[in-house]
Formats: sequence, structure tokens, C-alpha cells
Amino acid sequence: MSILVDRDTRVICQGITGKVGEFHTRGCLDYGTRMVGGVTPGKGGETVAGLPVFNTVAEARDATGANATMIFVPPAFAADAILEAVGAGIELVVAITEGIPVIDMARVLPVVRDSGSRLIGPNCPGVITPAECKIGIMPGYIHAPGHVGVMSRSGTLTYEAVWQLTQLGRGQSSCVGLGGDPLVGSSFIDILALFEADPDTHAILMMGEIGGSAEEEAADYVRQHVTKPVAAFIAGRTAPPGKRMGHAGAIISGGKGTAAAKLTALADAGIEIAESPADMGAALVRAIERRASARGR
Amino acid sequence: MKIHEYQAKDLLRSAGVPVLAGRVARTADEAAAAFTALGTPICAVKAQIHAGGRGKGQVKGTEQRGVELARSADDARRIAAALLGGTLVTIQTGPAGQLVRQVFVESGCAIQRELYCAVLVDRRVGSPVLIASTAGGVNIEEVAERTPDLILAEPFDPDRGLAGWQARLLASKLDLPTASWRHAESFFRRLCAAFVDLDASLLEINPLVLTGEGTLVALDAKMTFDDNALFRHKEIASLRDEAEEEPAEIRAAAAGLSYVKLDGTIGCLVNGAGLAMSTMDLVKLHGGEPANFLDVGGGADVGQVTEAFRIILSDPNVKAILVNIFGGIMRCTTIATALVEASKTVGFTVPLVVRLEGTEVAEGKRILAESGTAIITADGLTDAAKKVVAAARSAV
Repeated sequence: MSILVDRDTRVICQGITGKVGEFHTRGCLDYGTRMVGGVTPGKGGETVAGLPVFNTVAEARDATGANATMIFVPPAFAADAILEAVGAGIELVVAITEGIPVIDMARVLPVVRDSGSRLIGPNCPGVITPAECKIGIMPGYIHAPGHVGVMSRSGTLTYEAVWQLTQLGRGQSSCVGLGGDPLVGSSFIDILALFEADPDTHAILMMGEIGGSAEEEAADYVRQHVTKPVAAFIAGRTAPPGKRMGHAGAIISGGKGTAAAKLTALADAGIEIAESPADMGAALVRAIERRASARGR
Repeated sequence: MKIHEYQAKDLLRSAGVPVLAGRVARTADEAAAAFTALGTPICAVKAQIHAGGRGKGQVKGTEQRGVELARSADDARRIAAALLGGTLVTIQTGPAGQLVRQVFVESGCAIQRELYCAVLVDRRVGSPVLIASTAGGVNIEEVAERTPDLILAEPFDPDRGLAGWQARLLASKLDLPTASWRHAESFFRRLCAAFVDLDASLLEINPLVLTGEGTLVALDAKMTFDDNALFRHKEIASLRDEAEEEPAEIRAAAAGLSYVKLDGTIGCLVNGAGLAMSTMDLVKLHGGEPANFLDVGGGADVGQVTEAFRIILSDPNVKAILVNIFGGIMRCTTIATALVEASKTVGFTVPLVVRLEGTEVAEGKRILAESGTAIITADGLTDAAKKVVAAARSAV
């Protein structure tokens, strides 16, 4: 088992005729993902990477039975692309696009909330269940199948963590990139609930960063609802206040969203803290061992 | 993107939000003329810099505050002369302060009460929210910390805007006289509409003033914009004042790089924002101080990476550089090629520690080895951090 995606997930790519969309569609195909088609308005009937292109998501869904979409549509049109996917009843919408205006997402989120769809991202690397299904831009080969659930607000930092886990012999059940924007479709809490319910996930590693309060909320949730061992890393201990650190959401404003506050909240919830980015995989192993020794007593 | 107070007030005026009459001045004589033209008995002369705390801030080497009231044209000239060309240090500028290039001369008004309001996006709720408080003119963060009950919040839908009843609820909770409610309703609703229409990320009015006549006026205005939405607001993008920004950051933005200058000695070149922040943290953990945040992004080409090296090397504080790449989309071979290219065209004057991992790592390392470029290779994050900190120390 796993969360969100598996070998039966049928995936389309919105923006498949763009350079980036095509490149990553091929990457997902190479990994073994069941890519079944793509969508670009006005380019229906074409073929990209051997896949049929449709004008609308609804047509693509009807023709292919797709239940997931990967969005590479440029920022100015991406919010509309998300709404189109939700409107067509696609269950899992993964928005990779970086640079969507915040107000556009404020318009999108209530629609997603009232639908049966789940949105991951935007501005995220995507979702992967190792050896089964990759939807996104992450390098597939660093992953290994296993039992650690991984979730993060950052892309390359996730790769770093996954690579450490794989080298320690700890494979992953699923890895979810939540996205680096202020407003995203799924929070740490949403994914924690899925990992907690997934029998194949035995421990959880999360990577947060400065800005907002999603990590503090996750800490509260872990204390109340999560029985599995959890480890965490927070990026940005040295980040100065008032400066946007690359991600639109990574900013300390008004004294809020500091790494120190997040680390305190996480540690207070009994979460194992990785003190350095080199320590993420090891922290997860410590969290598992600590739990095992507590059980042994 | 930040703008000046006088620019924010122009935008608010156009959006129907009441502000006082004012004029921007770049010389002392212009300030005196502005006072005369405004024709009011009293004016505020306000330094225009991209930082708050001006009223309590002080011009370096003088007693001059960043905001002062003038009662005559000569008064305005004297204050402007003291401000213009001076370096204003406020709680937000840091000790270096910021050069004052222009002042805003604004007519005064009778102040009955000082309040606070702001519009921003609440991440938790997932929508814009209007915040208001009876504690105006003071540091709102302190109010939020000490007396959170004094902070009122009304979330609103971007398309429907703030509802009339929400505005009246705030007016009531702020204890505004009922005769002012209709005015307050208009003020708050237009403010929220301006936030959405202009794709602002923060619109802060501190203080918001209840005048002697019972109307509301934005006495100060701080506005920042969502950089991701500037593509649909050319008129706002043109308000950018590059003189207020770090030259290296402007240069980086032009090259499609994300760069933030810091005060340390170790330059960092990383792919991905989270990994870039973590690399800074790692340097610090091992006793070094990062000179910058630099994310070259996922799809950078050789030209962009070369420019990134140039920007890092343009900082005279940099004593050593750490390159930390986890190749995903970004191939290690691209970085390696750029590194070799940069060493030829830019010339590395400081030690360079390189840690490569991920896509095409073996080939990348081979390119570096065969080029004969003088680099220190590192295996893993900790090794890289230790080596770069040691290199920076021995270079001092």
C-alpha cells in the first residue's frame, strides 16, 4: 500500500505540449507511471511521447479513464487549469507550476475544498510511490520502496532526505512535495492523516521551512492523532527576517514563522529533530529506535 | 516588491480610499514649495525609504527624526534639508540605515483617535483577511503578542470582497461613533478591494485615523506586492525603486536567480530554495557565516550559473565558496561545465568547495577533474561544510 498514487493510477499531463511538460511526461513514463494522455487547449489530436493530446480535461478523462493529473501550465493560466481538472472530477491534481499569484490560489482553494478532488502543490516537485508511480519532477532513481512516509515544502531538500534514507536502507512508502507557496492545496496535516491511516507507512519524515505556521499546526496534530514515529527538519535557521528566501512562502514576517518557534513546537510534540540537513535520515532512524526501545520497556 | 508611502497613497487615492493631500519633494526648496502649495497650517515632512519605524528613526550623526511636523514653508525646508541625503536608521533598516532621496510633504488633519488596520493573506484560512485594532500608531506585533484580544480579523472572499456587515462589525468593535459607520464601511470595503485588484501581499495602514470630522483617513500606508502577479500590473512594476534595493539582488533577479545578500564570508551556490536555506544553516552549524542565499533553480543553464558565480564573487566579504548541488532536473554536468567556464572567464580568487550529488554525478566529477580547475571536492554535506569553513578561516 501507499498513499495518493500506486501502479493503477492513470495520469494525464496538463501542458504536455510545452517543453517542460513533455520532458517530465517522458521522465514519468520511463519510471513506469501509467501516463495515459495529455491536455493542451487547441492541440487536441496531436501525439506527444506516444500519448494522445486532448483539448480539454473532460475529454481526456472520458477517453482515458484518467484519475490523476500533473500540471505544467504557465503561472498566468495555472489556476484555471487546476479548476478545469477539479471541474472534470479528477481525483488527484498535482500542480508543479511555480509562480502562481497568491490571490489566484485564494480563489481556487474554496472550490477544491467543496469538491471530491485533492490538490497537491502548487510549486512542488510532485508525488511518488517508489517503483509504482511518479507524478512530478523528482529524480526517480534516488527512491527505494519501503515504509517511510516523506513530506516536505521543498524540492531538492526532499531529494537530499530521500537519498539519505535510501542509503540507510530505509525505503519510502510515498513521498509528497507540498509546495513552497503561501497557499497550497494540501498541508502537512492532510498528509499526516493519510500516512497515519496507511498500514504500509511505519514512520514519517517531514521537512518544513521558515514562514507561516503549518509546522506548528502539524506538531499539534502529531501530538493528538499520530501514533507512528515522526522526525522533522526545518530549513532556514539562519534566514534573516523580512526577506523572501526563494520560495514565495519562505519569509519571516512580523516575528512570525521563525525556525526556532517551529523547532520548539515540533520537539514539544515528541518529534525527533534533525539538527543538520546531513542528519535527516539518521533522525528518522532515531525516531524509530526510540519508539522501539520505549515499547521494549 | 515594496513601494514608497507616497506611491501607495497615490494607488489608494485612485481606489477611493481616503488619504490626505501631499507632494513628494527631492530638494529642500521643493519641500518648501510643497508646503505653500498644500495651503494647510501644518504639514508632516516624511522621509521616503523602504522601511518602517521612520517616526522613531534618526538620521545618522544628527538628532533629526524620520518624520517631523512643519508649521511654515521655512520649517519644511529646514526639515527636508536635514533628511535629504542623510542616512536614516530605524528599527527595520538595521544599523547601516538607508539613504533618504526624497521626502513626502503631507497636509495635517485633526486626529480624534489612532487605530490600526491591514489586509494580508491568511495562510491558515486560505483567504485574504482584514485585520484591525484599536491600538494604532504602535508596533502591532507587540500588540498581537501581549493583547491578542485587541486584534480583530475578518476573512473575505477575493471575488465577493468584504461584506458590508463585516465592515460594520469592525466599526462597532473598534467603538467608532455610529455617525462614522457608513464612512467606515466604505473605507474598509474599498481597502479590501484595492488589495485584491492590485495583487498586494500586504496593505498596512498604521495609524488609521479617525479625524475630528468623524471620517477615517490612512495617515500612513505600507504596501508590498505579490511578485508572482506583477506580470499583470505593469503600472505597479514601474513603481519599483531600484535605488532602495541591493544591487546584487537586482542583478540576480535579471538573470532569473534567487539571491539574498547576507553579512558572512562564505558564498553559497545551491539548487533549490529549501536546500539553499539548509546549506546556510549547515555552514553556520559548523562555525561559518553564510554570505548569501542563492538558489540557481532547477533549470539553470551554463550562462546563469556563470552569472551566479560572478554575483557571489562581487561581494568583497566572500572568502570561500560552497557549491552544493543535488542534481534532479539540474544535471551535475551542467554545474561542472559552468564551473569550468566560470573559472576561465571570471577567475576564482577564493577557495571553492564543491559537493555534487544526483543526476549525472560521475560525469560531472570527471569534467571537474579533467579540467584541472583548482577546487576542493567534498563527499557529503558535513564534509563540505567543514572544508569550506576551514578554507574561509585560512583565507582571512
